[in-house]
Amino acid sequence: MIKLKLERTPAPMWSKALIPIVAVVVTFIITSLLIILADANPFTAYYNFIVVPLSSKFSALEVLVKATPLIFTGLAVTFAFASGYYNIGAEGQLYAGAVAAAWVGATFTNLPAIAAVPLELVLGFIAGMLWALIPALLKIKLKVDEVVTTLLMNSIIMYFISALLNGPWRDPETGWPKSPEFFEAARFAQLIPKSRLHIGFIIAMVLVLIVYVVLKKTPLGLQMRAVGASKVGAQFAGINVNRTMLIAALVSGGIAGLAGVSEIAGIHYHLISELSGSYGYTGIIVATLGGLNPIGSTIAALFIGLIDTGSQTVSRVLGVPVYLGDVVQSTLLLVTLGMLLLQNYRIKRQ
Amino acid sequence: MLAVEMKDITKTFGMVKANQHVHFCLEEGEIHALLGENGAGKTTLMRILYGLYKADSGEIFVNGKKVDIHSPKEAIAAGIGMVTQHFTLVPTLTVAENIVLGYTDGITVSQKDIEKKVAEASQKYGILVDPSAYVKDLSVGERQRVEILKALYRNARILIMDEPTAVLVPQEVDVLFESLLRLVKAGLSVIFISHKLVEVMAVCDRITVLRDGVVTSTVNKSETTQIELAKMMVGRETFGVTRQSTRKTGKTIYELSGITLEGKHGRKLLNDVSFSVSEGEILGIAGVSGNGQGELTEVLTGLMTPNQGSIKLMGKEITHLTPGQISEAGVGRTPQDRHQGIVGDLSVAENLALENLPVYTKNGMLDHKKIIQDAQQKIEEFQIKASPNDQLRTLSGGNMQKVVLARALSRKPKVLVASQPTRGLDVGATEYVRKRLLEERDRGTAVILLSEDLDEVLALSDRIAVIYEGCIKGIVPSNEATPEKIGLLMAGAC
Amino acid sequence: MGDFVIDLIAATLRIATPLIFATLGELFCERAGVLNLGIEGTMFWGAFVGFAGASLTGSLWLGILLALIGGMLSGFLMSILSVRLGVNQHVSGLGITLLMTALSLFGFRLIFGENRVLPSIAPFQQLNLFPNSAILGPIFSQYTLTYIAIFLIPVVSWILYRTTFGLNIRSVGDNPEATDAAGINVYRLRTIALVIGGGLMAVGGAYLSVAQLGSFTFGIVAGRGWVCIALIIFANWQPLKVLWGSLLFGGVQALQSRLQLTGIKLPYELFLSLPYIVTILALTLAGRNVSAPAALLKPYKRE
Repeated sequence: MIKLKLERTPAPMWSKALIPIVAVVVTFIITSLLIILADANPFTAYYNFIVVPLSSKFSALEVLVKATPLIFTGLAVTFAFASGYYNIGAEGQLYAGAVAAAWVGATFTNLPAIAAVPLELVLGFIAGMLWALIPALLKIKLKVDEVVTTLLMNSIIMYFISALLNGPWRDPETGWPKSPEFFEAARFAQLIPKSRLHIGFIIAMVLVLIVYVVLKKTPLGLQMRAVGASKVGAQFAGINVNRTMLIAALVSGGIAGLAGVSEIAGIHYHLISELSGSYGYTGIIVATLGGLNPIGSTIAALFIGLIDTGSQTVSRVLGVPVYLGDVVQSTLLLVTLGMLLLQNYRIKRQ
Repeated sequence: MLAVEMKDITKTFGMVKANQHVHFCLEEGEIHALLGENGAGKTTLMRILYGLYKADSGEIFVNGKKVDIHSPKEAIAAGIGMVTQHFTLVPTLTVAENIVLGYTDGITVSQKDIEKKVAEASQKYGILVDPSAYVKDLSVGERQRVEILKALYRNARILIMDEPTAVLVPQEVDVLFESLLRLVKAGLSVIFISHKLVEVMAVCDRITVLRDGVVTSTVNKSETTQIELAKMMVGRETFGVTRQSTRKTGKTIYELSGITLEGKHGRKLLNDVSFSVSEGEILGIAGVSGNGQGELTEVLTGLMTPNQGSIKLMGKEITHLTPGQISEAGVGRTPQDRHQGIVGDLSVAENLALENLPVYTKNGMLDHKKIIQDAQQKIEEFQIKASPNDQLRTLSGGNMQKVVLARALSRKPKVLVASQPTRGLDVGATEYVRKRLLEERDRGTAVILLSEDLDEVLALSDRIAVIYEGCIKGIVPSNEATPEKIGLLMAGAC
Repeated sequence: MGDFVIDLIAATLRIATPLIFATLGELFCERAGVLNLGIEGTMFWGAFVGFAGASLTGSLWLGILLALIGGMLSGFLMSILSVRLGVNQHVSGLGITLLMTALSLFGFRLIFGENRVLPSIAPFQQLNLFPNSAILGPIFSQYTLTYIAIFLIPVVSWILYRTTFGLNIRSVGDNPEATDAAGINVYRLRTIALVIGGGLMAVGGAYLSVAQLGSFTFGIVAGRGWVCIALIIFANWQPLKVLWGSLLFGGVQALQSRLQLTGIKLPYELFLSLPYIVTILALTLAGRNVSAPAALLKPYKRE
């Protein structure tokens, strides 16, 4: 009998580029079982999933709307993970940014848009940074695992927001737990009439460029990538590992805060506790699929945005539960993770 | 009868011939030393016997029967036990639990039962342990006793001890030797891997000396001397690169005084280490691995801060500086393990630039052109087989070491710390690196060369310091340094 | 006042039950060296499978059994990623949570459709151990699952500290190399631990839907999984101490909801976020926590 054995060998470069594509195919094959279970034809389903949303202008724009917060959170996670800081707190930092924006949007009612929008962005960024500060300090000062602390901070801010919305910000007329409406000038401008696409998308695209330049073209970015790849090697080369991780953690929190600003000022116009559809967590999927590269993660965000839009089409047309989209996303994450490791193995005869 | 007979064992790792046609016999009831420098192939041979490696060719007989051992489990079944420097103990379990781990019978484990069994074994073999103590509370010597008892509990009749004294304090060494002598009287056979002549002469019956994977000789203790053994261990024909002349030394620019570094439980890893280096001088630091060279490297390169003592560069205190500041002050550094000094996922060019980023920054951006240009120039100068954009981890060890060295020298340092600069390199790369070190010396750099390769230290150094158990045993000028003299100091002989 | 206290104690036990199950499950994983952040999703999955199973088969216990099996599958999936492939435990655990949550939502919609009225079942009845006592009666009027949870604590302790399997688990979580050297299969052992752990987590989730609520809502778990991660740290990775942490958390929650009912103005959100805040404080004070299994978070690769 021929005995087979897995052996570790470094992966060739081409396999890296191939992984996302193969992962998508594998994921579609796995999840088609669920589609069959839902009495639908997988091919029709995936046609509705992928092609239909892109065939009308309205739904194609909706893909961009769905992708906007994910571009932000994907960048946030990329920025942190690239430096070896595992920030799982983008969800909470997003809400921190949203709270700051909600405060501006409800308070400075006579500011012009040219002042109000930048103020929202700046305060949102700072709020996200502040929410990321405690776990980051605990990590570099006391070596407390940032994954658990950032995760817990996500839960804490939800109670904080619940307290806000049931307390000072409760709608005085209806009694609903939602903050006062944004005044007109504080809202993000629409990019195209009759669509929900807003300047948040443009801001996100600019940010992609900035993050790309910082990570790939500046000394700080090189230091971050060095720390992310090998803390020992970076330290030996004289890089201040703690300072680099702190910067990465805080900027990551700030970018996640901008996601909150964009969602509240671009779509909702008031703070609600369901503001984020788990965008912070999906950001981890986006960043992983994108190979911790700003451009890659943007493509991944657009793809996830497409799946989000497509799952609604599939649900409407074929009656497959809309949550198929979530299943596809999370399966894609796990398949990609598995393949990233499997690429280092070859089957050998023993 | 022979307890173990290993016939014609050959084992290669890539280009390295770790064992070549080795014959080794262990008689029943003897303590047999395997003596040799680091990398001589002692541990490889024993790992083959214990089933951790598979020999390329050769045969093994245990108690006269031919055996085929593929795993430690099979070795244990054949009555072979091995105790290494890295204990395989679980700190949070008790001594008794550790000893029975993997060898329990039945579903439940009663603490009382296993403690009783272990206490009985402890009595029987005369190895004192407290069965109910947690391993994490034990001293290193006590842990080693647990390891030995674990092997005996599993019915080992042949015990391999891999450098057992490397981790022990002198009193513990005495206790260990007493136990071994008693066990051998009771019929156990022991293979004792060591490079310390004193110990070998104290406790062993016969000695097999290995050098470069080949058996030099097997002798009875009564028919040999420490000096003869040292010769067999290190004597070797000289080779290519050596320093050409003794030169008059410049002024002292680097001074270490009273450096002490404490490890866990206050154990002194470095103990009052002092030396100085002058311009245009290579100070070699010889020593067998595990005697403090690693820690000394980390202190010199700024990865660790000593508990006491000071380091001065041209009269200026640099003891508490960070690695980056030390580099900036004018100390070029290579790490003991080259993987420690590089970031494998970054490119060759990025790694070369990493230590001195301000030079490669223009208007806040990385000056990519300059990074590549400089890398290209270094690649040519140091004959590195790679292009600037290659990922560093795809390079061979030799080329990696050249990158590390190129970076260390790129700021024209006044002092160069070169730690194990040629370990694991092929002949060509080794020669190149040594040549570079000599060039640096001639340029006026003060070079500190830490190496486990005695020939290298002898060939390159102007003065040689020997480190043994964290202390500098002596500093010898090169014209007085013979391999025997240094070898004796390295082996802790007095 | 007496009634208030009795009611409070009874409620505390009810709220603590799912936490005990899931924390004991996580304990198996972590003692074997794997942090399973899939806990939140696995509890949710258990709540769904338990509810769907109970309503489709008509048997509540069958629902619990199916949840147990479903949870074991979730643990097995986690083991493929984190143990066999050696994927970063943080990311694979979160991935499992996302996947199990999505699968539950998908399955719920698939089976029950989009109803205006929440589908429900008649949940478990409470079992009164002391029907004749005015004090013990109300306190020990609990679901059978609650009694099982409490009984399970000494059982898990016994398994960990008095069986070969437990000895192996404790050893693999602390020093997998030594465990491997002792001839024990590290991968298999960790897989078994994750499978058991996943099963217990899912039963904890199923308790919420099959016993406490009688229905399945999207916010049914609401971060309880993360609370369990915190409770493990409190309990110093020791099964017997899990009880106290769970009761404390249950007590605080029971108290705040009762005080809220009495109309006393309280920042109840502060109460609810206390476990998280205290956990962060505990992590801070513990710093490099010495009680955590030494090999936690480290994938094992054989040379």
